[in-house]
Amino acid sequence: MFPLGIVPYIVGGTLIGAGVSHIYIATGLHATQSSFFSTTLSYFSKRPYFQQKQYLDSRGWRLTFAVGVILGAFIYVVTLSPEGFFTTSVQWWRLALGGFLVGFGTRLSQGCTSGHGISGLGSLSTTSLYAVITFLVVGILTAMVVQALGVIP
Amino acid sequence: MRIRHLFVFTGGLLFGFGLAFGGMAKQEIVLSFLQLKDLGLLLLLGASAFVTAVTINLVPKLLKGPLLGGEFKRRKRTLSKRTIIGAIIFGVGWGISGQCPGSAWASLGVGNIPVLIGIASMLLGAYIMGRFFQ
Repeated sequence: MFPLGIVPYIVGGTLIGAGVSHIYIATGLHATQSSFFSTTLSYFSKRPYFQQKQYLDSRGWRLTFAVGVILGAFIYVVTLSPEGFFTTSVQWWRLALGGFLVGFGTRLSQGCTSGHGISGLGSLSTTSLYAVITFLVVGILTAMVVQALGVIP
Repeated sequence: MRIRHLFVFTGGLLFGFGLAFGGMAKQEIVLSFLQLKDLGLLLLLGASAFVTAVTINLVPKLLKGPLLGGEFKRRKRTLSKRTIIGAIIFGVGWGISGQCPGSAWASLGVGNIPVLIGIASMLLGAYIMGRFFQ
């Protein structure tokens, strides 16, 4: 069940929760991820959907947050990581097709593994619980089908 | 405003460090969860949601408001067809690629540059959703 052990997952998850908590206690903001795409698109699209007040109000700190996440992962690689930098072997067409569906789906659902998963469950939201169960089940089924079609990894 | 950004930034550092520490910057590890070979992702999700739950539910009882001012607000989400249809579409994309929004940023930090393709595609997907399905 846990070929890599449980420590990286427990420690990693605790640090993620600490990051969300740190931001919440200081600012009251819910530090979630997928809204970034809509708020950043507000810089480029004048359409009313992207110009919503909540997107305009949060687009600055969401950029800051994304930069922090990138640098935090970079700090891990240059300090504690046993194997250093990493490049995925997942094919480009899977990154492109999967990424498109992730962007579309998370914005339609108003949350992702972070918004529904961490902050939503942390807020004891039943809406988020249904969303999490849905994307877990669908994600597992999809990955199984992809694997059964002989696509590796 | 600058001090708020500093706290958001340092929280982001913790978030990204934790994602990378937990292996989430590697699509292979996410896929090994979705193929049910390594259930660790559930532990990571559980631990992060637990810590967040303690904070969101306890801190507003101890403090009048956030340290930098303002007020503690709960996230409002109402269940609709869009919540579930969106989660289904996200799940398909997650299962195909092993990517999600937060882990995609962490991927860039560990030098996993091909995920730039995924991030560009996520932006496109978010644009198409907002442009045609709103």
